[in-house]
Amino acid sequence: MSSTAIAPPAAPAAQDRSRTRSTLPLIAPSVGVLLLWMIVPLVMTLWFSFQRYNLLNPEVGGFAGFENYEFLVTDPDFWASLTNTLVLVGSVLVITVVFGTLLAVLFDQPFPGQGIARVLAISPFFVMPTVSALVWKNLMMHPIYGVLGVLARAVGMEPVDWFAEYPMAAIIIIVSWQWLPFALLILLTAVQSLDHEQKEAARMDGAGPVAQFFFITLPHLGRAISVVVMIETIFLLTVFAEIFVTTSGGPGNATTNLAFLIYARALLQFDVGGGSAGGVVAIILANIVAFFLVRSIARRLEV
Amino acid sequence: MATLELRDIRKSYVAHEVIKGVNLDVADRDFVVFVGPSGCGKSTLLRMIAGLEEITSGELLIDGKRVNEVGPADRGLAMVFQSYALYPHMTVRQNMGFALRMAGIAKAERERKVAEAARILQLEPYLDRRPKELSGGQRQRVAIGRAIVRNPRIFLFDEPLSNLDASLRGQMRIELARLHQELDATMVYVTHDQVEAMTLASKIVVLQAGKVEQIGSPLELYHHPANLFVAGFIGSPRMNFLEARILGADGGGVRVALRSGAEIVVPAAMGGAQAGGTATLGIRPESLRPDPEGPIAGEVRLAERLGGLTLLHVTLAGGEPLVVQIEGGDRTGAREPIRLAVDGAACHIFDESGQALPALERHPLAA
Ligand SMILES: Nc1ncnc2c1ncn2[C@@H]1O[C@H](COP(=O)(O)OP(=O)(O)O)[C@@H](O)[C@H]1O
Ligand SMILES: [Mg+2]
Repeated sequence: MSSTAIAPPAAPAAQDRSRTRSTLPLIAPSVGVLLLWMIVPLVMTLWFSFQRYNLLNPEVGGFAGFENYEFLVTDPDFWASLTNTLVLVGSVLVITVVFGTLLAVLFDQPFPGQGIARVLAISPFFVMPTVSALVWKNLMMHPIYGVLGVLARAVGMEPVDWFAEYPMAAIIIIVSWQWLPFALLILLTAVQSLDHEQKEAARMDGAGPVAQFFFITLPHLGRAISVVVMIETIFLLTVFAEIFVTTSGGPGNATTNLAFLIYARALLQFDVGGGSAGGVVAIILANIVAFFLVRSIARRLEV
Repeated sequence: MATLELRDIRKSYVAHEVIKGVNLDVADRDFVVFVGPSGCGKSTLLRMIAGLEEITSGELLIDGKRVNEVGPADRGLAMVFQSYALYPHMTVRQNMGFALRMAGIAKAERERKVAEAARILQLEPYLDRRPKELSGGQRQRVAIGRAIVRNPRIFLFDEPLSNLDASLRGQMRIELARLHQELDATMVYVTHDQVEAMTLASKIVVLQAGKVEQIGSPLELYHHPANLFVAGFIGSPRMNFLEARILGADGGGVRVALRSGAEIVVPAAMGGAQAGGTATLGIRPESLRPDPEGPIAGEVRLAERLGGLTLLHVTLAGGEPLVVQIEGGDRTGAREPIRLAVDGAACHIFDESGQALPALERHPLAA
């Protein structure tokens, strides 16, 4: 209940300005380094995106104008990768938030072995993406050796060749498995911070467990869910390792997201200019998303 | 409207017993206050009445019907929590209407009841605000409003004023008393503050370590405390306790001697006490008065001047401390010798086990 915090008295404007002046030299070094760190790659990417620059064909060079961009937006692969990116991000967000919330409420109840269960539930987050993707590919989803295949055969069903038949679903499952613990961790702390007396008041007011969840717990989790959505979105826009080690963007372009498309352009087709144009589009896309997210969440965080 | 009966109510957490058998009758329109030091089990007892804690053993009856197994929402009670427990994401209107909404009452009816409660509590201008946009006193009123709209048979309060500053606490105390009259409701109120208990209650239950020490009207507890604990807990400043020896009894009462040799006759019966036995003499600071001929002698160590009255901290000749409340205009200051007189009728004697000797006459205000 941070709502009881008392706002400090507004400082006079003059004092404010002098404070800015005197602290500027102190923060300048870190701000400078950060700016360089961001600006140099950004400017270079922008520069390359307007160049003819193909590693296989070094003779062709020079300014390309919007040629790289034209080529990009007229390429059906690009639009497919955009769709794939949105499908992947959206599905994983929905899965992790919904299951994260349910698990958080569940883990908040006392039960024997609670501590161990929590550790187990959170541990996938500490497995690096390459490893977890490989584990899923070979140990779980492989139609012959995989656990899922064995289970399917045990009940007399045809095993599913996940990466051939449902490649996007397979990627979504893997990425969700990795990010569910993060959502759970954030949401569990939020659930635990819910004032006990509020729940009791709701009980006295005649709210059953379901009504309590929807009227008390869920609104209380609003902020935490926003934080989960924001942070996950930023990372999910750039999912790469999971795709690289399982489907390599295929079959066809079924699992090629924007990050993988840029990689394919620049390092498989050696088209640095085209890859950079894709990169600039990704930056713009990420900033649009970030703008709306940060704005809506900042408003929520004020509450 | 409603009566409440507790029959040998007990509560145990795993191994240790927290409430050790409480019996209590609450009549319709009573304002019962549970008072006692922190951790004595007041909240636990109230929460058992509310249905938020299971009753380990004993019977709880509302309007004569056993409700041990009835859920908290169906007992017809409403509770005001210490932290107010307002729903932060709902407006005042939604907060107050939540229980009605859960009960499936139509919107128009809900609005009417909320408006009525808001009028009683003067919350009308704030109906569309959220709890964080309200002051502490306003939040408190919303919490009470949430209870009122349900039109409960009994109101339960758990230290509702302890989060307010002193002046607001005084104001809300008056408001609660007014509300009790206006609503004609039965109320059960928990506090550790004996001033709240004295001013609000029609009946006080003094609890200590899960046991009832005494039940009675405020002035009954003040004038006829049953034991040392109640005597020390009720009244401010605290009652003075002096070591005494029982000399004997006659028609006028029991004669005791203080350590300094001073003798006082208290109009009480011997009860279980023996002549020659040790006892404790209880004297309220307001019953002592400076008197050059008085039997009690000492030296003033400190004078706390509160303006209207002054508290003298006196050390008796035998070394025992004593607090005396005198008028603010008195000039007696620190390091001055002082002699004190006391009216025996205002004194209390407690036997070796701490039980009060029965007074010969009841105080007229403590019938
Ligand atoms: N859930 C619980 N488990 C174990 N002991 C508890 C629990 N709740 C309260 N107690 C104990 O019960 C006693 C009474 O608590 P409480 O009713 O809250 O006291 P009060 O409200 O009078 O300050 C305390 O000693 C406390 O430690
Ligand atoms: Mg308490």
